[in-house]
Amino acid sequence: MSAVFDRIADIIAENSDVPREKITPDSHVIDDLGIDSLDFLDIVFAIDKAFGIKVPVEQWTQEVNAGNAPAEQYFVMKNLAQRIEELVAARQAQGG
Amino acid sequence: MRLEYFQMIDRVRACGGGAITAEARVPEASPVFEGHFPGHPLMPGVLLVEAMAQASGYLILAAQGFARMPFLAGVREAKLRRFVAPGMVLTVEARLVHEGSGYAVTAASIVGPDGGRICDAELTLRTLPFPAPELAAAMRARAQEIGLPATAAGGVA
Repeated sequence: MSAVFDRIADIIAENSDVPREKITPDSHVIDDLGIDSLDFLDIVFAIDKAFGIKVPVEQWTQEVNAGNAPAEQYFVMKNLAQRIEELVAARQAQGG
Repeated sequence: MRLEYFQMIDRVRACGGGAITAEARVPEASPVFEGHFPGHPLMPGVLLVEAMAQASGYLILAAQGFARMPFLAGVREAKLRRFVAPGMVLTVEARLVHEGSGYAVTAASIVGPDGGRICDAELTLRTLPFPAPELAAAMRARAQEIGLPATAAGGVA
């Protein structure tokens, strides 16, 4: 798996009670790992800091709640890692 | 400060560039001091944390043009270093560390009249659409009373 996946998995393990070995590419952050909204806030802050990005959690949540995107697209680990890679690439493309 | 009404900030001295400095005068008398503690009145530490949270909240309100309401969601590394007695004039400071999607993180502190550091913490505030128009109006009114600018340019300091 990618270095981004490993970094995010480390961050989740550090900011929650989830053991690192339980976090796989197919883990759903909320349904499988049981991360609650407050822990998720800490995790997003740590991801924002680690990658120098602003994870658009609110936009993602709105898309999922409106039925415009499946939750798996953002909240399954391998897809989350992919989204983070895209955000990092977008920031680099902007020269940020 | 009006402790019974959770009004912790009396006056904003400066706000802008991702930081706020505010004044908070601890009242000489309050029912709070009758219990905390009999014969030895002390400002409760949780209320000092609340004062730092409110300064952070006003900072975020101004930075975001009163678009959303900040709610305290996390307190990290809170250190209560010195006792605070009735009548003390405190300087409450907060700096925006990070503005995320639906949340913000501040580094906040309280300094005593002699410049000595009283407490500090890193605070996480969740920002949500105002749940009631009355709350938005009340926040704007209170902000005006304490001299908070309607908007404060500048992001993370």
